[in-house]
Amino acid sequence: MTRLVRPAQAGTIESSDILVMLAPADEGTGIQVELKSPTMQQYGEHIRGLIIRTLQEQGIQDAIIHANEKGALDYTIKARVKTAIRRAAGQRGF
Amino acid sequence: MIKERLRRSVMYAAGNNPGLLQNAGIYGADSVIFDVEDSVAVTEKDSARELVYHALKHLQFPCEIGVRINHISTPWGYDDLEYLLPAKPDYIRLPKGESGDEIRDIDKMITKVEEKCGFEPGSIKIMVSIETPKGLRNAYEIATASPRMIAIAIGGEDFAASLKTEKTKGNSITGGRELFVARSMLVFAAREAGIQAIDSVFSDLRDEETLINEVTMVKELGFDGKSCVNPRQIDIIHRVFTPSSQEIDYAHRVLTVYQEALANKSGVIALDGKMIDMPMVIRAERVLANARAAGIYHKEGN
Amino acid sequence: MINAAGREIPASIEGYKEVVPYAGAFATQPPAGARKAGPKLKAVYPGANKLLNSIDEAIEACGLKDGMTISFHHHFRNGDHVMNMVIAAIARKGIKGLTLAPSSFLDTNDELIPYFQQGVLVAAETSGLRNKLGHFLTTNKIGKPTIIRTHGGRVRAIEAGELKIDVAFIGAPTCDTYGNINGVHGSAACGSLGYAMVDSRMADTVVAITDNLVDHPICPVSIPQYQVDYIVKVDCIGDPKGISTGALRVTTNPRDLHIAKLAAKVIEHAGYFKEGFGMQLGAGAASVATGKYLRDIMLRDKIVANFAIGGIVGPFCDLLDEGLIRTLFDVQSFDARTIQSLRDNPRHQEYDCTFYANPWNKGPMVNKLDYVVLGATEVDVNFNVNVMTDSNGIMMGALGGHPDASAGAKCTIICAPLLRGRLPMVTDAVQTVSTPGETVDVIVTDRGIAVNPKREDLLANLQGKGLPLMTIEQLRDMAYELGGKPAPLKMSDEIVAVVEYRDGTVLDVIRRPLL
Repeated sequence: MTRLVRPAQAGTIESSDILVMLAPADEGTGIQVELKSPTMQQYGEHIRGLIIRTLQEQGIQDAIIHANEKGALDYTIKARVKTAIRRAAGQRGF
Repeated sequence: MIKERLRRSVMYAAGNNPGLLQNAGIYGADSVIFDVEDSVAVTEKDSARELVYHALKHLQFPCEIGVRINHISTPWGYDDLEYLLPAKPDYIRLPKGESGDEIRDIDKMITKVEEKCGFEPGSIKIMVSIETPKGLRNAYEIATASPRMIAIAIGGEDFAASLKTEKTKGNSITGGRELFVARSMLVFAAREAGIQAIDSVFSDLRDEETLINEVTMVKELGFDGKSCVNPRQIDIIHRVFTPSSQEIDYAHRVLTVYQEALANKSGVIALDGKMIDMPMVIRAERVLANARAAGIYHKEGN
Repeated sequence: MINAAGREIPASIEGYKEVVPYAGAFATQPPAGARKAGPKLKAVYPGANKLLNSIDEAIEACGLKDGMTISFHHHFRNGDHVMNMVIAAIARKGIKGLTLAPSSFLDTNDELIPYFQQGVLVAAETSGLRNKLGHFLTTNKIGKPTIIRTHGGRVRAIEAGELKIDVAFIGAPTCDTYGNINGVHGSAACGSLGYAMVDSRMADTVVAITDNLVDHPICPVSIPQYQVDYIVKVDCIGDPKGISTGALRVTTNPRDLHIAKLAAKVIEHAGYFKEGFGMQLGAGAASVATGKYLRDIMLRDKIVANFAIGGIVGPFCDLLDEGLIRTLFDVQSFDARTIQSLRDNPRHQEYDCTFYANPWNKGPMVNKLDYVVLGATEVDVNFNVNVMTDSNGIMMGALGGHPDASAGAKCTIICAPLLRGRLPMVTDAVQTVSTPGETVDVIVTDRGIAVNPKREDLLANLQGKGLPLMTIEQLRDMAYELGGKPAPLKMSDEIVAVVEYRDGTVLDVIRRPLL
């Protein structure tokens, strides 16, 4: 199970990308997602769900996420969230 | 004769840019390389690797996709391989290849992943870029170090820099002399090994005339294709590598008389009073394969 | 009731004339025996002076009263000072309840929002809406629903007496002391005055507002003196930087170029690419770039176009100069290069909007088009196009001549990327139908091309030409697979705008979104 130890971010605010800012949260507080998206009405729920699922798949139960989405496809959202997790867990991966 | 895959154009897409990755396949390049090396800042190696992995896993592309990894002597090279191979790129592009051992190393890693992931053995290929005199001296060894090898390419800027000169524009009269010998030697090695030779990028997007000259020159030298970084160059590259209608017509006639001769078991083959020998037949086959790929020759067979 | 574009249209709409549902592109004819509307008869005798000292004086002189309809042209685009300046003066005089009927709105008209809030303006009839004003008129109920008309439909409505303009305020780049106007000279030169020509001819009272007052007469004359009642000189009618931007450049965006290349190939093979063909290319990035690729094909095949029409952009003027187009018809000049060409090249003709696009005259130029290449915000599986509302249902575009050219052309080609961000541009149903699918023939996207199945001839011509042909449903599926199927927008029942087809029938209605 991955443990978040510090705030971290991944991605950009370029078009087709998403900037994900991830911070650890107290145990039991759950995953709180704050999402900004140009297509909130069409995809807001979907993107929020995808972010939460991606976190849970990495074994994370509590986190605070701010996401600024700029038309990213699902693969990008997943990749950015996973990179943010890795960084917040203290691995730079390089 | 084994039909080679056509690689007239090999286009790079920066690995940390989702907009480029997801659209890289639409422009008609014969081959696309997702790059996690030079186009990615040191601080973003991890995010580019993750993004390229997910792009390969989740998107469909109409052309073959390679991945340019960081060299295995850098801190990222082996991690790139370990992370990206399970996403099954069509090939790994290694920058700055200098020895056969490097290739054998990578080959072993690929073999392991192919076994572990249940991929068809030998399905992931290798393309190597030659960027130094040492690499060029070992080009044939590199080209034959693994059956996975499909092509060697020249990294023009880097090669020129390692010669302590700079890359000039490949103008047919004055330009490109600094790479002239290197380009030719690379083609020799590739041809001896029976794999393809790919030329390096031409970076001035606005100068279409010199691009045409440079592609024409490397085609003359024997290259199979050229790298590029912008989709705008693909059409020009393809146009140069596409045979003219006279060439196609001649090739078609060569193959027709050749096949007739085979059917009639006749020993001597001639066209327009000229002897047709095997190299001419092979050349004709290549011309028609190119024409077919360019969509301007539709006859089957041959 | 459901109209012929498959849209649910109420039997009556509060604040709008009798609802006649769209019945098909050419189904609704002028009423038998109906005559053209026209302005009041007037006489100006020798010795009269048309010059007034201020806009205030002009407002008094033309007898502007509560409830009247006023119009403006949009040839100055985002450089326009006239509309905001005149309406501010009208508001100062305490006049209320006006209908504002410009040929279009642009970003610069956001300043008008307070006048709608104060009741100076209570209705809008136009071709397009943008920015904050578009947002305001989509999300607020003013007196009446906004009426959205095509360029051709607006002239038709004026000539049919449905849109009666009491006073037209004409921004005049050059005006002489007796009211002759042209758009090619002066610091606010905008080129063609194609939309203003209609208002000048049809409004009861015409006020020319100029910052370049010159001796009588001028050459050339676009709007003649006999249509103009009053002339006002002001310091500045428009900012040249907002009116035109040098020479419009062909885009360098690889995706737009790719779409353009495909569109040019569609033109080449669809069957009408022959010596003497006629075309219109929209002003969108991909449409303009189509001209670049088409040029190569025209040079190679030695084919010359007899004419090109529409709003004109610089690259078209280059084709004219190269002899690849024999003559241009220009209703709106989009850049400085085009203004210069209109001024200097006799083969570059100014023409008015009825000549361009009016469906109810004896033949507009759109009828003679072989090809038109246009953009879209989204298209649907029935080939309906939306250029009017954005992904949140907000009005942010213009019908312009889109439906007119689509109806007229033998082959209508729509260019759009398959996705914008993650939003599919080919969907089950567009949010707003602005051009009906029966007039649309080919959809060109960066990932595939779909031909309207009713055009079997086009499909046959395009097959085997190396084009990525697929069905419109396949395009939609590909878009949904990449971007995901979007959840529908939440809309109220309140109608904030009526989209008229060019024949005056109701093509669609725009409802207030629940944001």
